[in-house]
Amino acid sequence: MPLERILPSGDLAQDEPQEYLWTMNFGPQHPATHTTLRLVLKLDGERVVDAMPDIGYLHSGFEKLAEHLDYNQYVTVTDRMNYVSPMANNVAWHMAVEKLMGIEVPPRCQYLRVIVAELSRISDHLVCNGAVGLDTGAFTYFLYAFNPREKLYDIFEALCGARFTNSYTRVGGLTGDASPEAIAMIREVIRELPKTFGDMERLLDRNKIFVDRTKGIGVLTKEEAINRGASGPVARASGVTRDLRKDEPYLSYADFDFQVCCATAGDCYARYLVRMAEMRESLKIVAQAIENLPEGPVSIGIRDRASLPPKGMVYSTIEGLITHFEVLMTNRGFEVPCEEIYSATEAPNGELGFYLVGDGSSRAYRARCRPPSFLHFALFPHLIRGHMLSDVVAVLGSLNVIAAELDR
Amino acid sequence: MDAMPTRTTSELKRAFPTAEISEFRGQVRAAVPVSSIGDCLRFLKEQLGFDMLVDLTCVDYLAYRGATSRFGLVYLLLSVDRGERLVVRTFVDDPQPAVPSAVPLWQAADWLEREVWDLFGIRFEGHPDLRRIVLPEQFTAHPLRKDYPLQGRGERHNFPVITRAEG
Amino acid sequence: MALELPDNVVITKLDEMVSWCRKNSLWPMPFATACCGIELMATGASRHDLARFGAEVFRFSPRQCDLLIVAGRVVMKMLPVLQRIWQQMHEPKWCISMGACASTGGVFDTYSVVQGIDRFIPVDMYVPGCPPRPEQLIQAIIDLQAKIQREGTMYGREFTRPERQLPSRALRQ
Ligand code: SF4
Repeated sequence: MPLERILPSGDLAQDEPQEYLWTMNFGPQHPATHTTLRLVLKLDGERVVDAMPDIGYLHSGFEKLAEHLDYNQYVTVTDRMNYVSPMANNVAWHMAVEKLMGIEVPPRCQYLRVIVAELSRISDHLVCNGAVGLDTGAFTYFLYAFNPREKLYDIFEALCGARFTNSYTRVGGLTGDASPEAIAMIREVIRELPKTFGDMERLLDRNKIFVDRTKGIGVLTKEEAINRGASGPVARASGVTRDLRKDEPYLSYADFDFQVCCATAGDCYARYLVRMAEMRESLKIVAQAIENLPEGPVSIGIRDRASLPPKGMVYSTIEGLITHFEVLMTNRGFEVPCEEIYSATEAPNGELGFYLVGDGSSRAYRARCRPPSFLHFALFPHLIRGHMLSDVVAVLGSLNVIAAELDR
Repeated sequence: MDAMPTRTTSELKRAFPTAEISEFRGQVRAAVPVSSIGDCLRFLKEQLGFDMLVDLTCVDYLAYRGATSRFGLVYLLLSVDRGERLVVRTFVDDPQPAVPSAVPLWQAADWLEREVWDLFGIRFEGHPDLRRIVLPEQFTAHPLRKDYPLQGRGERHNFPVITRAEG
Repeated sequence: MALELPDNVVITKLDEMVSWCRKNSLWPMPFATACCGIELMATGASRHDLARFGAEVFRFSPRQCDLLIVAGRVVMKMLPVLQRIWQQMHEPKWCISMGACASTGGVFDTYSVVQGIDRFIPVDMYVPGCPPRPEQLIQAIIDLQAKIQREGTMYGREFTRPERQLPSRALRQ
């Protein structure tokens, strides 16, 4: 199909006879889809005329499950939602729950949540950029990006005992305080990561092959980004200067000095650069948070029967034991208003929000998750039209679509 | 609780007197009858500058205390320049719940509406391509409705078994 | 013949030698659907380095592989794909079910998640954990290698022995 047949709006002219187009299936099991995405591409030679994403290959009923688990239990499921940055999901979920219940968490908890959320942003962007590199032929780069993640995993493991299914937050606090070892490890990572970033930048930023394969590919304009609901790095690479950490500061983001990284080109390369820059900013936030980490408890304590008492208290005092029981009992548990609330955080991938409907019981009546990947993957046909088949992987990689978050 | 009147709420109220404005923990919400939801969304986008549809979802109020309608649709709107958010809700009922599609206003609504159709079975009139999105085409139920069991009705195990010998 | 064999000649059965070759050159096909896939990637990456056990040649085409690693939950829509991939692999072939979800459905006892892939395809090795640590996956591969050495025959007859034909749990139900 001659390219003129693609209208300025990016859509296809329907009147064109299309017999010579052929259809190619891409996925759901394909190395470049990383997980389970499927695309049906319509090709004219090597040029992509249209793409039809087909999703649902990992739809596991997260939202239904939320109606059957209580506010503390469901955090384990949010881990599995965007599994390259689980901590960010934990934080988003419990922020929504606390907003519904009207709980304000103590400062130390806020700072620790900021730290883990930012560390998971780094780990997410490392995977995403690493995968873009991998798909465009830079395998070594992928290993460079993947290696520091092991250090981040070690930190998460020191904080909560699991590598990436962390479930670190609880209603009104955290499962536990950060140990001095964990804090020392975070300090070490703050020292070491800039070297990795430097390596990564030197490997790829001016690599001719990489730049040629990503520059000018998959351009998203600012108006389209807004109209199509893009958020996070994808929107910021298109010139939307929106970052919930600045615009609607939650937790204690207002205390930190950092910049919102933007670009205006809106292509794959811009998205790559925005992510690279964001990692450095995140590291800055972590460094500030760890230096100014306030003293004090990490949970709101057992008032209002809202947060679980610490384990030591459960085992050694009758008061702790009773509170623990009460929070867990389905008919006593949390006091939740019969209300609805939407709360959003700036997750690594974009705006991750939860729309919660409370019905007075300890379970959500409805817990809708607003997944950034879902809206970003919907952009895909728009971005790929008119490009070559080999650009599919570059665009796909730069959108960072995580299937579990896409399908839920 | 009644909301503090802002420019948005007062203009909305002026244009749509039937809209009910409320507020909870700082979040402004407007409940609009389904007959005027299409016009209301258009008004919000074109007159009041809500240029981004953040999310569109649905709640099944089957067993909810004090609920009068079965389904509630929720539109989360955002004005990127002002950073202002607005939650618009509307209610529809069985049988054949349907609302006008928001795709002409926001492209983002495309997949979101398909998802609501898939999981709740609410029709969006005027949607260009209202197919199931996350569940297989052959699926018949709408699983996020409250009368659908968590474990399903056996669909998940309705497949042939492959043995070693056939492999 | 009274010739002495030199030291670098080993006498063995052909079957055993074939099994030995097979077990040390497993080519995994990563069927990574969800979170476990990330741990699978970590297993292949530099810290854990699966190459130490001769199983690092990840190939994404089922025709080239002999070990299917199912990492992550398999849902209704994905199961036919999984079965197709299993059928496309050539004998001899083995299957590792990695993680709670692939083995039993894990935390997702919901309408769309298949409660254990062994209901629908044969599985040789289960790796518990959510997600299993890379060390566990490596252990599973080592165990599988031992199993291949123990059971293998040159003609692959083990695959048609009646007791191995049925994925046990599915049919008993
Ligand atoms: S077993 Fe756990 S980590 Fe693995 S896919 Fe299932 S939920 Fe994810």
